[in-house]
Amino acid sequence: MSMPFYVPPEQVMKDRADFARKGIARGRSVVVVGYDRGIAFVAENPSRALHKVSEIYDRIAFAAVGRYNEFESLRVAGIRYADLRGYSYDRTDVTARALANTYAQTLGAVFTQESKPFEIEIVVAEVGADSGADQIFRLTYDGSVADEQGFVAMGGASDVAEERLGTGWRPGMSLSEVLRLAVDVLATGENGERRPLDEAQLEVAVLDRDRPRRSFRRIVGPLLTRLLGEPGESAESAERREITDAPAGVLGADSTAAEPDPGAPGGAGSASDGAGPAGPPGSPGPAAPPA
Amino acid sequence: MTQSFPGRSRRLDDAFLSAGSSSFTEFVTAYRPELLPAGRRLPSGASIEAPHGTTIVALLFDGGVIMAGDRRATMGNVIANRDMEKVFAADDYSVVGIAGTAGIAIELVRLYQVELEHYEKIEGAIMSLEGKANRLASMIRGNLALAMQGLTVVPTYAGFDLESATGRIYSYDVTGGCYVEGGHHSTGSGSVFARGSLKKLWRPGLDEQQAVSVAIEALYDAADDDSATGGPDLGRQIWPTVAVVDHSGARFVAQDLLEQHVERVVAARRDNPGGAR
Repeated sequence: MSMPFYVPPEQVMKDRADFARKGIARGRSVVVVGYDRGIAFVAENPSRALHKVSEIYDRIAFAAVGRYNEFESLRVAGIRYADLRGYSYDRTDVTARALANTYAQTLGAVFTQESKPFEIEIVVAEVGADSGADQIFRLTYDGSVADEQGFVAMGGASDVAEERLGTGWRPGMSLSEVLRLAVDVLATGENGERRPLDEAQLEVAVLDRDRPRRSFRRIVGPLLTRLLGEPGESAESAERREITDAPAGVLGADSTAAEPDPGAPGGAGSASDGAGPAGPPGSPGPAAPPA
Repeated sequence: MTQSFPGRSRRLDDAFLSAGSSSFTEFVTAYRPELLPAGRRLPSGASIEAPHGTTIVALLFDGGVIMAGDRRATMGNVIANRDMEKVFAADDYSVVGIAGTAGIAIELVRLYQVELEHYEKIEGAIMSLEGKANRLASMIRGNLALAMQGLTVVPTYAGFDLESATGRIYSYDVTGGCYVEGGHHSTGSGSVFARGSLKKLWRPGLDEQQAVSVAIEALYDAADDDSATGGPDLGRQIWPTVAVVDHSGARFVAQDLLEQHVERVVAARRDNPGGAR
């Protein structure tokens, strides 16, 4: 019987970290960036069905890079965790900080105890009442957490991407500006060469501060085209109406029904009788006093 | 700022990480069954008196569906609550109204709302209206043990079917039977009178305003003859809850509009207790 060689723990950890880093660097990048009315998530993702960005709770969203099966199980776990907490306490007691801590514990435990670390990096972001209260947590394969300010880039060549975001980003940019910046960063390679990146390869979502309750919204189709178009091409307020006031039922679904009825101003439908907005489905006190 | 959280104490349980269903109820049943109404055991033969919610009416109109409920909860002959809400938005395109033991019913509605949202988030798609109605049926079925001890919950579910672009009403029985209703439906202690009223006043092709009036008339008739159903309270300004579901989603009719509707109905009944016909 042969004795295994002694491997110092430093070496074990280093090997695991290198393994995880290599796996992550192979993937396509995701950029999470704050704007004046929320937080935007831009991922290079040719798939319409397998998402890298997802809603977790009312004000919290999730973005990930790396192995799909690994971050998908964490995404589902996050939704279960948030919904269970919101159900047994209150909707306001679900916070990104608690979720990030739980993810960190899990990633850390897998990193040290399992035979293979997770080859993933995650962002958990929560939109606050104003941009100062926004929180963006970045979690890496070994369970370390970083509280980021303003923007994060993850995945292949994320150092270069972060550097470019750092020079291009400033607080208070509009959604259209940050989306163009993010796409520019994603389209630029490590050596500064650019490759074309069109809307079909992008997955874009926002946490919109002004939406009541569930603030997550995917941005697809003509709205995305307009936002990525040249500045001044369309009125910002029209987009704002489409994002903030459209019915929420199509969240998560890439359906064209996300576009509000053109006949109804702002997608508010036949509220011409002045009926109040829908009560929040989440609270048992339902008929939220109409605004 | 970077920090590490060593240790494993707060690691997510395997139950969270397992690939499984997209049903919140199933997850909680496996992980923390005591949080669910169905996970509780009552001593056999015991019965308690608890507040009961009463009358819910639902009717189709041209373009969607309306659900309305009175605001009273009773406990025996005592009015337990004058301004209870019994109609809730279940998700963006459906509403649920409850009659029966108020505490259990509100808990079920809360669970149901999370259930629908949970599915939507995990699957990235909205459940079909039929699927949503069946989920509610299975939750009522889970409550059967409590129902046999007197803690019954009988909901009415109404939603807008995005595929066929029509409103639909589903009624339930205490064993979880789920039935599609044509036109209109009512449940709760005053439902006998409300149903009679709906039968005479409802017709296909009502517009939204007419349908709101019909719902208020039906609730007025229920309150007229059933002591457990609360009529409009002009003194306290308590109006019925009225929810509208159409292609733009579910919403509640604003208080000032309700006031106008209610005042019209009440005024029309002066010296004419039978009301509209």
